[in-house]
Amino acid sequence: MIVLEKRPQPSKAWSYATPLVAVLATMVFGGILFALLGKNPIEAIGTIFWEPLFGEFAFYYRPQLLVKGAPLVLIAIGLSLGFRAGIWNIGAEGQYIMGAIFGAGAGLAFYPLDAFYIFPIMVIAGAFGGWLWAMIPAFLKVRFGTNEILVSLMLVYVAEQMLASVSLGLLKNPEGFGFPGSRNLQSYDSAHNAELIAGSGMHWGVVAALIAVIFAYVLLNRHMLGFHIRLTGEAPRAAKFAGVNPARLILFCLGLSGALAGLAGMFEVTGPSGVVSIDFNVGYGFTAIIVAFLGRLHPVGILLAGGLMALTYIGGEIAQSQLGLPAAAIQVFQGMLLFFLLAFDLLTNYRIRAAQSEVA
Amino acid sequence: MDLGEINPVLLVASLMVAATPLLLAAIGELVVEKAGVLNLGVEGMMIVGAISGFAISVETGSPWLGFVAAAIGGAVLSLLFVLLTQVALANQVASGLALTLFGLGFSALLGQSYVGIKPPSMGDIHIPVISDIPVIGPILFQHDPILYVGIALTAAVWATLKYTRVGLILRAVGENHDAAHALGYKVIKIRIMAILFGGACAGLGGAYISLIRVPQWTEGMTAGVGWIALALVVFASWKPWRALLGAYLFGGITVLQLNLQAAGVAIPVEYLAMSPYIITILVLVILSADKSSAPASLGRTFHASH
Repeated sequence: MIVLEKRPQPSKAWSYATPLVAVLATMVFGGILFALLGKNPIEAIGTIFWEPLFGEFAFYYRPQLLVKGAPLVLIAIGLSLGFRAGIWNIGAEGQYIMGAIFGAGAGLAFYPLDAFYIFPIMVIAGAFGGWLWAMIPAFLKVRFGTNEILVSLMLVYVAEQMLASVSLGLLKNPEGFGFPGSRNLQSYDSAHNAELIAGSGMHWGVVAALIAVIFAYVLLNRHMLGFHIRLTGEAPRAAKFAGVNPARLILFCLGLSGALAGLAGMFEVTGPSGVVSIDFNVGYGFTAIIVAFLGRLHPVGILLAGGLMALTYIGGEIAQSQLGLPAAAIQVFQGMLLFFLLAFDLLTNYRIRAAQSEVA
Repeated sequence: MDLGEINPVLLVASLMVAATPLLLAAIGELVVEKAGVLNLGVEGMMIVGAISGFAISVETGSPWLGFVAAAIGGAVLSLLFVLLTQVALANQVASGLALTLFGLGFSALLGQSYVGIKPPSMGDIHIPVISDIPVIGPILFQHDPILYVGIALTAAVWATLKYTRVGLILRAVGENHDAAHALGYKVIKIRIMAILFGGACAGLGGAYISLIRVPQWTEGMTAGVGWIALALVVFASWKPWRALLGAYLFGGITVLQLNLQAAGVAIPVEYLAMSPYIITILVLVILSADKSSAPASLGRTFHASH
């Protein structure tokens, strides 16, 4: 018989090792899944993890890593702060959409004016849109004690309908021959989130993601507020005695994660995507939840996890076109990763021992 | 716009159909939460139930076998939640999210070759005489069998929780797992059974969408019903009959907004389509003031140290 014995302190070694073990387990079980789908598992895993980095067309795929990784990291950093304090914002997808709508809307309002101040205004509008959307669950939680998980999730569906509404109405391209979708922001210089160095994939969203990582690291390790966030998550009672104001913490965590998700949406719509359209969002808001956990809710970890997740997106696309691997298989693969991560986390907090027979 | 085209009898009858997936999922989750476990994976279990039910009934030609398969599919997925939260003692919120993310992907993978197919029809029960009563007949007595299963399940769960020993033990585990453990009840075992039951119910609810309500298979077709079901449990203050009432209320809103869309009301389609979600939020706000009826151990991990 095997018993679990709670560790007095979470194991440091295992806390670093579990993400790696989880990735390995996901590769093994993902390989089995791909084999069941009739693909060569080694080839499929190789295509996903090797091809984008070192394959023949890596020069094209490597910049994509930044493009796909930046929104994931940006959103996950915001989520991780809340998750640490036990505040569950799972509606980042909605905040991402609202950020994109607000940001693009602010830019399109100036069309066709060319001015240096348009893009900064759009950045602020994008962050504001996401913040506003996240403040709904935050306010309801603080004022009425409403469950933020359900409210923030419901608002994703509302945001999706809003997106459909504006891309067919308010923001529709007047010169678009009746097709849904806004003007292409890529061809409107003042509003275009262009690559800072051509061909590098480096755009303002990537810069913002890096700043967010540093900001979160400093906040969590060098600031009272960050300490309060950690304290609330790890020892709620102690936090209460220490005089942590839970309402302030909720407003801060949800608001910040909303603003960051909004920024991610804004940078995406003005750069890589370019157009506000019905199917503009691709689920970054949900994948970012996996990124946050895979990165152990630690800023640096999230940076690495975001890169890995971006890799599976790009590798998945390659595997789709080269091996005919279904798109959903990658989604399953990403979901599996979160499963294994949560399961192996057991080893961080518990010791596994063979039970000794004892006299009752 | 022609509101006269909305037939009130058909509206109420289709309301009951729209409410059934919600009811099935909510009743299952209610039992899970009564046992002190918060499974946020309802959406994932529903969608997996939807595709397994759909696939099996298309392959075998029997909708009944489809529903059985859906219940099994939902329960199997919930087994993953069991492994995470009851065996590996992982955080229930995170594990539930994992279940939903995984379920959405997995169902899309399974369902690839089933897009655009029509499933075999289950047919409605037609009881002579009472089905032919005007108004009441079409509303209450001309439905598919699963709709009645949903109502029967509500009654069964209510009676079990209220009057039986099993129900009492289940509630004890949900209220105070340490005390229940001290009394010698197998906390983990009882919770596992509850989670599997919840998974099976969610699976049934999902299959109801893909086999009866829509009926066809599209990716992500549950579209948040699982999440609304979670809200419904809060709405119902963990009481089965109030879950039924709530499900019919939400079913009514869904059907009404669809009817208004069809009738061409001057409100844009998108605003009508978001109304069920907004109303869910409003209801949550109104009801969240009173949390006294929530099981006291809800969402807490149990680990017997001795």
